[in-house]
Amino acid sequence: MRWLHYYLRFVVASSLLLIVAGGLVTSTGSGLAVPDWPNTYGTFMFAFPFSKMVGGIFYEHGHRLIASLVGLLTIGLAVWIARSEPRGWVRGLGWTALAAVVVQGLLGGITVLYFLPAPISISHAGLAQLFFALVVGLALFTSSGWRGSRGGLDRRGDDGLARLALAAPVAIYGQILLGATMRHTGAGLAIPDFPLAFGRLVPPEWSTGIAIHFAHRVGALVVAALVAATAVRVLFHHRERHELTRPALLLAALVVVQVGLGAWTVLSGRQVAVNTAHVAVGAVTLATSLVLALRVHRGWFPDAAGRRRPGATSGVASLGSGSEARA
Amino acid sequence: MRHRTFWILVSLAAIAAACNSRSDVPPVSIVPEGGGAGANAVGATGTSTVSGTIMLEGTAPAAEIIRMNSDPVCVKEATNTETEYYVVGDGGGLGNVFVYVKEGLSGSYPVAADTVVLDQQGCRYTPHVFGVQVGQTVQITNSDPTLHNIHATPAVNAEFNTGQPIQGMSMERTFDEVEVMVPFKCDVHGWMNAYVGVLDHPYFATTGPDGGFDIANLPAGNYVIEAWHEMLGVQTQNVTVGDGATAEVSFTFTVG
Repeated sequence: MRWLHYYLRFVVASSLLLIVAGGLVTSTGSGLAVPDWPNTYGTFMFAFPFSKMVGGIFYEHGHRLIASLVGLLTIGLAVWIARSEPRGWVRGLGWTALAAVVVQGLLGGITVLYFLPAPISISHAGLAQLFFALVVGLALFTSSGWRGSRGGLDRRGDDGLARLALAAPVAIYGQILLGATMRHTGAGLAIPDFPLAFGRLVPPEWSTGIAIHFAHRVGALVVAALVAATAVRVLFHHRERHELTRPALLLAALVVVQVGLGAWTVLSGRQVAVNTAHVAVGAVTLATSLVLALRVHRGWFPDAAGRRRPGATSGVASLGSGSEARA
Repeated sequence: MRHRTFWILVSLAAIAAACNSRSDVPPVSIVPEGGGAGANAVGATGTSTVSGTIMLEGTAPAAEIIRMNSDPVCVKEATNTETEYYVVGDGGGLGNVFVYVKEGLSGSYPVAADTVVLDQQGCRYTPHVFGVQVGQTVQITNSDPTLHNIHATPAVNAEFNTGQPIQGMSMERTFDEVEVMVPFKCDVHGWMNAYVGVLDHPYFATTGPDGGFDIANLPAGNYVIEAWHEMLGVQTQNVTVGDGATAEVSFTFTVG
């Protein structure tokens, strides 16, 4: 199981690399640099010579190659989990990841063949983030800290944190979808200034692009407020729970960085590296919020014998820290 | 079993649809025989001319040097690495302006038989701005020893995106609808772009570096002439030209 966990960590890293590669494709406007799919300029994609990966082809074809690697890794993931994992719901998640990566590949192909229609491209971006969150979840579920946690009941519960911890990833994912919509409808610079909008708090005029862009900014405020409330709650009420304080602090830091990157993206005129970093940090932010939510709701998830942790259904189930678990 | 067969068929249909690369299929061109503008009477021709000059007022931004480092072949092949947004002659004439008769013509005109060539050479499109008639053949050629994709992004006509990975490759396309302008771009080399004006008559011209243009063989009449520039937008003017006469029309675009 330990090696499976390390393998899943590698899949997580590869998936993040794939998201970065995808972000580079859109940031450089290379989405149609390879007009055909699944071939590349009529050549079997794995036989396409490296020397011809020039200009936009480098980004688009590179994205396809990394995607193929992640696809293969996901096949391995699903099979490995199916053969070694005693928890049925984890096996189900493994197969779900495989299905997601297949659908993701088809969406990527369709969006190329149909000249990047926004709904398909947005779905492609949205599913990429869900897939990343899913493999992060699988890596967590196979970790020794998760499997070895002693459970136990926090009798006081913390319904507030339970709700906040769930709301954060939902809000962050909604914000990511808004960002993807902005990105694939060309609304990234619909409001060219920051932090104001055309010099005002609220845009003086509206168009679809401006509305999408402004919604993304409002979404950032909502996410920041949720994350701040979550972090404060964890730090004040569960200071001794390092498995919660660590992701909560990291999440707060990531949101600060992410807002900064969003502002920089606008002010730099969508500079490629900044724009891509904004996508990647968004993915890491979602994953971190998911880890926090899963740990808060640790008790929802049964062990191999089908037992849930005591007190799991009310508020924060007690999860021993990694060191406790290993002890 | 019946359900399984159903889902297998659905999956195969989805995969087949996804693998059917539209980009390799030329758009179907439906052009009425003898003309591309419908079944109206044949459009009149004449001996009148509209000519003029497009001038630029103000100082155009200096051309920028395009960094072609992303493709070493382009670095080697390129003879011109300056942007073409503003082509200004010594006398202040503005080049790469598409001038055409926007209104005043009636009837349908036969499609020009000659083929217009859009060449990809030195990782640039030549010409940068040009015009064709609806149904007229545009031959797109790759003269570079590197890969290009030709991506037309019209608003009215059918979009297409086709790769030309081998030097010397050529393909032909037509446009079915009037559209000013249809942009072309190469997604491999982001600096490559060109524009084509698609009209249902032959009365158009593109200015050279001196800003001059002639639109000849017009019938006498009243016309709206439009001038389009990729950075400076459009201007229109009304003009009346008598039989066998030449009417002068000048436009002045302002920059800065």
